[in-house]
Amino acid sequence: MKPAIDYLLHLADNALVLGQRNAEWCGHGPILEEDIALSNVSLDLIGQARLLYQLVASLKGGNCTEDRLAYFRDTHEFRNYTLLELPHHGPLSGYAQSSMDYGTTIVRNFLYSALMALLWEALEKSANADLAAIAGKSLKEVRYHLRHSRDWLVRLGDGTDESHARVQAALDHLFPYTQEFWAQSPAEAQAIAAGIGVDVTTLQADWDAIVDAALAEATLVRPPVGGYVTEGKQGIHSEHLGFLLAEMQSLARAHPNGSW
Amino acid sequence: MYTQSFNVPDGAGKTVPLAPSTEDPALQAAFDARIDADGRIEPQDWMPEAYRKTLVRQISQHAHSEIVGMLPEGNWISRAPSLKRKAILIAKVQDEGGHGLYLYSAAETLGTSRDQMLEGLHSGRAKYSSIFNYPTLTWADVGVIGWLVDGAAIMNQVPLCRCSYGPYARAMVRVCKEESFHQRQGYEALLVMMQGTAEQREMVQDAVNRWWWKCLAMFGPPDADSPNSAQGMRWGIKRVSNDELRQKFVDATVPQARVLGVTLPDPDLKWNEERQHYDYGQIDWNEFWETVNGNGPCNKERLATRVKAHNEGQWVRDAALAYAEKQKARSIKEAA
Ligand SMILES: [Fe+2]
Ligand SMILES: [Fe+2]
Repeated sequence: MKPAIDYLLHLADNALVLGQRNAEWCGHGPILEEDIALSNVSLDLIGQARLLYQLVASLKGGNCTEDRLAYFRDTHEFRNYTLLELPHHGPLSGYAQSSMDYGTTIVRNFLYSALMALLWEALEKSANADLAAIAGKSLKEVRYHLRHSRDWLVRLGDGTDESHARVQAALDHLFPYTQEFWAQSPAEAQAIAAGIGVDVTTLQADWDAIVDAALAEATLVRPPVGGYVTEGKQGIHSEHLGFLLAEMQSLARAHPNGSW
Repeated sequence: MYTQSFNVPDGAGKTVPLAPSTEDPALQAAFDARIDADGRIEPQDWMPEAYRKTLVRQISQHAHSEIVGMLPEGNWISRAPSLKRKAILIAKVQDEGGHGLYLYSAAETLGTSRDQMLEGLHSGRAKYSSIFNYPTLTWADVGVIGWLVDGAAIMNQVPLCRCSYGPYARAMVRVCKEESFHQRQGYEALLVMMQGTAEQREMVQDAVNRWWWKCLAMFGPPDADSPNSAQGMRWGIKRVSNDELRQKFVDATVPQARVLGVTLPDPDLKWNEERQHYDYGQIDWNEFWETVNGNGPCNKERLATRVKAHNEGQWVRDAALAYAEKQKARSIKEAA
């Protein structure tokens, strides 16, 4: 049960943290249609997170709920990829402020959706029937997210000089974080051994193909990777997650006995 | 959400002249006959210029209200206290964006582009519903906005489903369905909070205290002071007077407040057996006009936020356009 819980939390935290980030565009998008599209993506992700947390809560039993898991765990207990918690702009320290950059948003959604389109498909065969069912539902959603982000990646990459430069910069910033996808954590290893999880490294060649085809169409250059490999899925995060959670959890924690 | 039920003249408060006297008399007669027969005017039909202008102004004000209205509630998305409420709120704010889209499209059928309308908003010339110039200070504001602001908007907008201009009327049918869903969700969120802790109940009462009078003002000035209403009624753009709508809203809301367990902050609010309606106290029109005219607590913030999003999104729109042009050029080349 323990391997399932850690693995499910990893999947759930990914969805929640990226859903929270994408919702930051609600009301501020570059065009009204994109406000609506990103809200859709965000709603799908939060919906996925809820199903996964509910599954964890049922495995844990007691008085655990989806909201206990989302609102009352601290930074080091979150198991999401570091990539997903970063703000929508270039590299800056945790408490530095900057305007949101749509290129960063699109690149991140593309890199993550390309992975999840493969991972959810593989997880449809998970030994955990509940997870397999969630994977089936999520797969339909992520295929739309991938199409949406890929279309914009190509438009921005092959749009104007400015958009090309911005989206290439976003790619250079974010691409090294994808190394974390392929660095297996103990929780993943246990979940794979139990037949619940999928070995992501088996998906890497397909992911490369999706990414390379899109980058070629977008006239973008795949950045070299190397150096520090982030460990968000093991609870070691960037400075940014603390701020994201402080905001997200503030009201729920101010009223721990509240009913909403 | 949320047309202002009356026409606020855009710009410096000058009323657009309404007399259609210079138009072709035969076309005018046919138009009048259609209006008198309660028929629909469609985009391809002839219409007096003043009718067209009034509609563009009203529909674009309404569209602007939808998108500015995303901001006060959007303010609480990141802090929503449960995942269920977060999802409901994102979906609601997204619906409002969708309403903005339908309404801009409806206004475009009258020959004004979305860019032109947005330019009006961003320059400060075009108005939007004043209710969004107040801050959302606690989570309870989200519920109260759903219950009262969407509730007031429904009162205003249901008659617009019978508006004489076809595209506007049809957009309103769709909008009204979603607004009544928002209203029920807002009310339900408050019901749950009222069953929670004492602090939560206080939070709800405080939000009701802050929003109640502003919602009553949403219906616009008393009928005696609404110069544009008569022409709007004649044209079948406005169907029910401001005071009638306001009364309807008060009558519907008092029993809901009782079930919820909150007090509406008006000592003069009481049932009038003779009128078979609730009497209510004096609305502070001075504060209302100050806010309409740009001097409310959040006018500058709301507008600047819209302008910022638009300006910072320029490179994205430029890229999409440039890419579309490149694609077009490529397909022509391929065909050749
Ligand atoms: Fe709306
Ligand atoms: Fe609404």
